[in-house]
Amino acid sequence: MDEYTSSELVSIFAMQGFAGISLFSVLLLMALGLAIIFGQMGVINMAHGEFMAVGAYTTYFISFFAETYLPSFIPYYFIFAIVMAFFVAAILGYMAEFALIRHLYKRPLDTLLATWGLSLIMQQSFRTLFGAREVSPALPEWLLGSYQPTDTIDIPLNGMFVLALTAIVTLGVFYLLYKSSWGLRVRATTQNRVMSGAVGINTKKVDRYTFALGCGIAGIAGAAFTTIASTGPTTGTLYIVDTFMVVVFGGAASLLGTIVSAFSIAQAQSILEFFISGSMAKVYTLCALVLILMFKPEGLFASKVRR
Amino acid sequence: MKYSRYRTGPNSLRRFFVKGLMALPATIFLSASCFAASPSTAEINTTGLAITDDTVTVGILHSLTGTMAISETGAQEAEKLAIKQINDMGGILGRKIEIIQEDGASDWPTFAEKSRKLLVKDKVAAVFGAWTSASRKAVLPVFEKENGLLYYPTFYEGLEQSKNVIYTGQEATQQILDGLNWVAKEKKAKTFYLIGSDYIWPRTSMKIARKHIENVLGGRVVGEEYKPLGNTQFGSVINKIRLKKPDVIYAAVVGGSNVAWFKQLKAAGITSKKQTLLTISVTEDEVLGIGGENLEGFYSIMKYFQSLENENNKAFVAAFKEMWGKDSVIGDVTQAAYLGPWLWKAAVEKAGSFDVDKIVAASEAGDIELKTAPEGYVKLHKNHHLWSVARVGKWNKDGQATVVYESKLLEPDPFPAGYQ
Repeated sequence: MDEYTSSELVSIFAMQGFAGISLFSVLLLMALGLAIIFGQMGVINMAHGEFMAVGAYTTYFISFFAETYLPSFIPYYFIFAIVMAFFVAAILGYMAEFALIRHLYKRPLDTLLATWGLSLIMQQSFRTLFGAREVSPALPEWLLGSYQPTDTIDIPLNGMFVLALTAIVTLGVFYLLYKSSWGLRVRATTQNRVMSGAVGINTKKVDRYTFALGCGIAGIAGAAFTTIASTGPTTGTLYIVDTFMVVVFGGAASLLGTIVSAFSIAQAQSILEFFISGSMAKVYTLCALVLILMFKPEGLFASKVRR
Repeated sequence: MKYSRYRTGPNSLRRFFVKGLMALPATIFLSASCFAASPSTAEINTTGLAITDDTVTVGILHSLTGTMAISETGAQEAEKLAIKQINDMGGILGRKIEIIQEDGASDWPTFAEKSRKLLVKDKVAAVFGAWTSASRKAVLPVFEKENGLLYYPTFYEGLEQSKNVIYTGQEATQQILDGLNWVAKEKKAKTFYLIGSDYIWPRTSMKIARKHIENVLGGRVVGEEYKPLGNTQFGSVINKIRLKKPDVIYAAVVGGSNVAWFKQLKAAGITSKKQTLLTISVTEDEVLGIGGENLEGFYSIMKYFQSLENENNKAFVAAFKEMWGKDSVIGDVTQAAYLGPWLWKAAVEKAGSFDVDKIVAASEAGDIELKTAPEGYVKLHKNHHLWSVARVGKWNKDGQATVVYESKLLEPDPFPAGYQ
């Protein structure tokens, strides 16, 4: 590599470091919602990716609306769209819990099948409502392009945006789960459902809101990913594998585990990708995951929950 | 187009001449035609196909649901348009074309099963369909066993030639070689970075591209990279490209990945101002999803662009928009799919029969040509592929391309010597 000046190499390393952090924020944002649903409630939600797509389509719909009727609103719509994506996905999640999931809490394997069916229904609905073609919302100017601290460094603005959003959402989830009284009830229900009921916690209500919160966060993730990729009816299936990988590797029921797992997978992947080809990088990352899970089947941070 | 000696009704005759006059170049060939009585069904159909005295049934087999529906919708729309236009001209050998449509559902075994249904149960005279190489490979044994006839519209990796398939898209060498020559000459490109999705078509295409770059152009491939289908993270690859500083990025990324790839290139500050990029996987259909602003100034090699300036294409685009809505866009494969029914019509009329063997024999003579093709002029080679022109288009912000280079008419060569 002697044809490069040292400042160029420094720039590449800086940008590569950011690529890793950017992938970390994407994985974490995807996994947070599922970490709550799978980790806290033990529900294997195969439709998680579709709730992300709901968020993405909400963003697209609002951008389309803004473009057609309120062009002056375009620079600001994205923030509004993220909030809306949260609520739309959360309401849908709330309804799904009410109609489907709550009947299956005692049969965890059946939730897998039921939510997979739900994901197919949702995919077909997207196709009917928005068409089979992939769509992209028009992004506001401030999300396009890159930030250039020096001549040779380009940091993508959308990457920084996703990073900031992930930080906010993660802090929010931490606060809700560990500092609020609602979080206390969630944790109590996770640890001992019968006892929680006995001390007066409405465990059914807790379940419903937890599920809705998880879906809402998936919606936020979906909205954020419209800045990175496009949205189609089957977009959700692209994300679901990575999402489960992060949550399972981190150890269910551990939020900290999810963060550490997202970080290590992202770094391994992006560093390997830099030196070998993309497909092989994924193979090595997955092999490492399988090996570690063989020795630590509970994931990185084993839960200390008595079941 | 060559027309044989069969009469169609007086009405269709008049329409025929009106159309013929509009498409002026074609009239030269019409002078030889004359019209006699509609041939009897027994005479033109000796193998028991679904043909009556006034209809002939064909199949359309594309994915209407699933991942591939995005891409295949345009192709089946174009085929229906061509069939409608042929029917308006009086059909083929005095018979109107009727369509049985099946859904391949983006699932390769379903494609095979549906093609068997079309050939065995419905006895269709020809099938227009398949899109991905995987679906073509899945239906191929069925068509060969049942002796069916398939018109396949997609540009693909080559290395195939079946008696029962007519390939209306370009094979790999037609699409790749001239584009590389152009970029080497025009942009003085010496170093290339190859990137594609990880499956058969990009890998075969890149293999051909690499041989051409290294052996013919005397250039250097500084990186070759494949990303899993559906991958949406290109950060590390983009940094690698930055490190290697190639003169040209040569890309064959497909599907949803394609959108992520171009969005992230732009976000990383790699735009056409600083970097030449040539792709073989972006048509007008893809641009809808990617967004013209992310592609502005980059190049695609295709045989057709919607913006082509010729009379055939103007008429085609207008007819397509009239039938399928004014917002529809037409990509390379859509246009190639449109050629299918027309090539079939020409071959049937030349053979004077709907029998597959006779149509294939007529096609293999190598003199069936379409002067009315939207892409300009095409001729069917005896190896079942089309002679066609390769074009380099430069993408504009509005999602349309400006053609900056046109090759001469290229001979199809599905088994290129020295490139395997």
